[in-house]
Amino acid sequence: MLASLLIVFREVFEAGLVVGIVMAVTSGVPGRTAWIAGGVGAGVLGACLVALFTSGLSELFNGSGQEVFNASILGLAVVMLTWHNVWMSRHGRELVDELRAAGEAVAAGSKSLFALAVVVAIAVLREGSEVVLFLYGVAAAQGGASWSMVGGGFVGLILGSSVCLLTYLGLVTIPARYLFSVTSALIALLAAGMAAQAIAFLEQANILTALDETVWDTSWILSDSSYLGKALHTLIGYVDQPTAMQVVVYAATLAVIVVLMKLFSAPVQQQRRPHAA
Amino acid sequence: MFPNSFSIISRRRERAVAIANKASLVGPVRCIVPVLMLGMAFAFAAGSAPARADDTVQLSITMKDHQFDPAELHAPPGKTIAIHVKNLNPIVSEFESSDLHFEKIVPVGSEGVVYVRPQQPGRYNFYDDFHRETQGFLVVQ
Repeated sequence: MLASLLIVFREVFEAGLVVGIVMAVTSGVPGRTAWIAGGVGAGVLGACLVALFTSGLSELFNGSGQEVFNASILGLAVVMLTWHNVWMSRHGRELVDELRAAGEAVAAGSKSLFALAVVVAIAVLREGSEVVLFLYGVAAAQGGASWSMVGGGFVGLILGSSVCLLTYLGLVTIPARYLFSVTSALIALLAAGMAAQAIAFLEQANILTALDETVWDTSWILSDSSYLGKALHTLIGYVDQPTAMQVVVYAATLAVIVVLMKLFSAPVQQQRRPHAA
Repeated sequence: MFPNSFSIISRRRERAVAIANKASLVGPVRCIVPVLMLGMAFAFAAGSAPARADDTVQLSITMKDHQFDPAELHAPPGKTIAIHVKNLNPIVSEFESSDLHFEKIVPVGSEGVVYVRPQQPGRYNFYDDFHRETQGFLVVQ
């Protein structure tokens, strides 16, 4: 019971942080509940499919199929988060300032919601497939699902989901005028962390060997396998022993997002004029 | 001649607008293609060039009855180490190490490989994350 509780809690906790941030980022955007729920649903479905095809997936690419798959979907999540931030830097203020419920704004908003729904689906898929594999393995070994396993999993799910809720409730207490900047920063850090993690998978598969020396070791201060370390790993990409390539890619991702946001951001003065008139 | 070429231009414009509309609708979807291509490029690179194969230390380990065999692996420092792990448990395992930063699902009866690059001599712990009583070590000296 304790094993299934802990495993389910740990995975739901990590996915829950991402879902919590996305909920806070989209608070006040019409139709967001359906998109996020859709993302979670698609993620659960995807997790079951990945679990089902794990053997086949593992054998691809000289036995590094899992790593290539994980790196690819993390890369996709990075692109979606970047796209979202760039889109928000252009249109976000219109949504936040005016809260237009006009059809146009909803249609435009849903494009950005799609990107975030993909991110939610990827987070749920990655963590969920481990849960499915573990619980299925336990059930298979026991010759069926037991109450203690289901009960443990359920408690883990509730505890993990409460982390998601706390993340969301914590973020929405931030005053509305700062919320936009804070969530943009969070999304950028989330993306940079995911990019660095994709690099870790490619290094594990020996696909990427350049700049593989460890830059620093802070495991004695905060191990990235502790709960706080894991939370920071998911949120801002904290790694206690990063390779040089991970650091480079992390910094590059952040730089690209900031530059793209600056390039595409709506000119402030032009936007002010219609208000004055 | 004039009306004719004008209609061609306007038709072209209509098409361009239609394409632009379509493109903006599928904005996020468009991004999927380059990412998948990038993934495939990496995969091809992996397939075509077994990177530094001669330099790599090859180690093998099995998981059976929820124990690692051997329980301790040995390797020299400063080299890339390939750990081939075979799961002979009747249940799926996750070969993982927080010391060495890897995690890999190993289905029943199958074999997987992870590459690690420990730079310092030391005793590095690894385990089956689905069955934490299964513990092993990589000794680098």
